[in-house]
Amino acid sequence: MKERFVELTEKYVEEVISPEEENELMSIINTRVEYKIEFEDQKRIKEALKKMKLKNPSEEVWDSYWIKIYNRIERGFAWIIISIGFVILAGYAAIQFVEELLKDTKTPEIVKLGSAALIVGLLILLFSILREKFFAGKSDKYKEIQR
Amino acid sequence: MKSMTEIELSEFELYVKTNMKRAYFSALGFVGTHDDAMEISQRAFINAYKHFDKFDSSRNFFTWYYKILKNLCLNFLRDSKSRKEVSFIEFEDELTAENQSDQFERKEQVTILEAALSRLSTNDREIIILKEFQNFSYKEIAETLEIPIGSVMSKLFYARKKLSEILKELQ
Repeated sequence: MKERFVELTEKYVEEVISPEEENELMSIINTRVEYKIEFEDQKRIKEALKKMKLKNPSEEVWDSYWIKIYNRIERGFAWIIISIGFVILAGYAAIQFVEELLKDTKTPEIVKLGSAALIVGLLILLFSILREKFFAGKSDKYKEIQR
Repeated sequence: MKSMTEIELSEFELYVKTNMKRAYFSALGFVGTHDDAMEISQRAFINAYKHFDKFDSSRNFFTWYYKILKNLCLNFLRDSKSRKEVSFIEFEDELTAENQSDQFERKEQVTILEAALSRLSTNDREIIILKEFQNFSYKEIAETLEIPIGSVMSKLFYARKKLSEILKELQ
């Protein structure tokens, strides 16, 4: 009976109840005092909520809403291009540096070894970051949504 | 990020413009401040754009977008140690010259309701905001939350009941 009471009360407060259902609801309410109290509470809270609304921002906020999103998407795209350019230039500079270093007979072997280790380390780091980004992008972050 | 083609962007722009108000108000219902609601709803649109290739255009955009938005809101609430809600509710009708004297009472009613809403669980608050403040139909809520209409009615009933109990405590 409780389920039916809940359903009918909900229909009543939302004003979608039929006359037959309303009669049924009234007869349920008359069977128990606690139902009557709950019914009155639901009506009162519905009336209180009806008078309220969420604060609406000014029209200017809505006018600029899309352009702010567009700018952020555009900037994200720009950062990707900048990052690609940086990686290309840094990679080219690193290769040039290594070539020059290997050709130079005056540079001590220990400096050549240290430089090679530094560059190899940076390349591994870069590869690791790219791989992580790639796999993070492939998995759907919004698969597990709390309901 | 996907390649930014003009067609794709203009299609996305339409989705944003059609859904921005309900997106903002949904976020406002969760986080309670204008600035945070604006930031989160916009960030959710940017995330939606990044994953736009996963959106099935035969389905409702808002239902898909809402999952992203809700996730961001829940993360925000989890990470915000000291949340400061400012007033986010007001009366439907404007104050007129005749009822200026009610100003204090109205302000108090708003404060109490906001306090009561903030004490509701996230799920109760969410369904109250969707139904009572955004005027979603049962069907729209059922689609958005991916639950049957019967469950929407029952959840709403118990959320209102909870709100009523909190209001009684506060008054």
